[in-house]
Amino acid sequence: MGLLTGLRNSIARMTTSLFSGGQQQRRIGIYGPPNAGKTTLANRIARDWTGDAVGPESHIPHETRRARRKEDIEIERNGKSVSIDIVDTPGVATKVDYTEFLEHDMEEDDAVRRSREATEGVAEAMHWLREDVDGVIYVLDAAEDPFTQVNTMLVGIIESQDLPVLIFANKIDLDEASVQRINNAFPQHETVPLSALEGDNMDEVYDKIAEYFG
Amino acid sequence: MSEAHDDPGTDGDGGGNDADTEIDAENGGGNTGDGSGVQIDMISGERMDGLTSMEKIRLILDGVHEGNIVILEEGLDPDEESKLIEVTMTEISPDEFTGIEIETYPGTEQQQNGGFFDRLFGRESRTKLTVIGPANRLETLHKDETLISTLVTRR
Repeated sequence: MGLLTGLRNSIARMTTSLFSGGQQQRRIGIYGPPNAGKTTLANRIARDWTGDAVGPESHIPHETRRARRKEDIEIERNGKSVSIDIVDTPGVATKVDYTEFLEHDMEEDDAVRRSREATEGVAEAMHWLREDVDGVIYVLDAAEDPFTQVNTMLVGIIESQDLPVLIFANKIDLDEASVQRINNAFPQHETVPLSALEGDNMDEVYDKIAEYFG
Repeated sequence: MSEAHDDPGTDGDGGGNDADTEIDAENGGGNTGDGSGVQIDMISGERMDGLTSMEKIRLILDGVHEGNIVILEEGLDPDEESKLIEVTMTEISPDEFTGIEIETYPGTEQQQNGGFFDRLFGRESRTKLTVIGPANRLETLHKDETLISTLVTRR
């Protein structure tokens, strides 16, 4: 995206902010590859600040097959309050093979249906990214290699949209986790370590959300 | 690339420039006629420059559907990559097409951010060789900043 487009977006954001009476609702998309812990994070944030969950979690890839939005999450930090909508999106992939679901003791019909829904969900997530989010939390499994084509492409796409982005190194409770590896893969962005499952380092997570998206 | 029996057909469809490096099968594409090889289409940046985003995506996916490996000299821009993923997802069909495998060299930080004048004039660095193939036939063995090593299998 060129500088002029970026400038135009910044002016649009500033104008919206000036005329919205102060607090502005930001729609923050939670993106990342399948099984990085996006829904666990979305549920953790929603439960911490609203008491409700966003959606079911599972170890089977592509559990989230539709973008799910939780609105009006008020996060209070340092005497200020930030209001965001979070959008939990399906894990982005370039391939979906239903036979992989069969390995999770799934019947063939269910696996085919899950595969079809997953492909629709990924397409929907890409569309949201181009049209409908104001910022991105990119969630990675810190125990996995971050240096994948999907991650490189997705971060590049987010950068090209001039969206504010935070990279979350999730699952730091696992022995194999390496936050440094994620830092090395995306040195141009701030990486925040956390365990959404265990609730580790959530104070810093909320500080950063307020700082980046408030 | 470990297996590359190129189709001997050369670009003769009149749609491109003589300088194009595309290897364009006119006899059905995909595997060579007897199924003994894998077709590789190498598409020059010059040829892609004249196409719209959707034409580029169609060119790539039509080749991949045929079972070809597509190599782009200059890759796609991020918006086109986003649309490529989206369109790929809509075309996945159980037992027929499981999606794509895609690899590019990661840009250096300087390339990713672009120089000041590049950003000022909306120019984006796209000189990143890109390999795309059917997910069930192209497997990435190794990738780093300077090397992409893939295994291509027959059907």
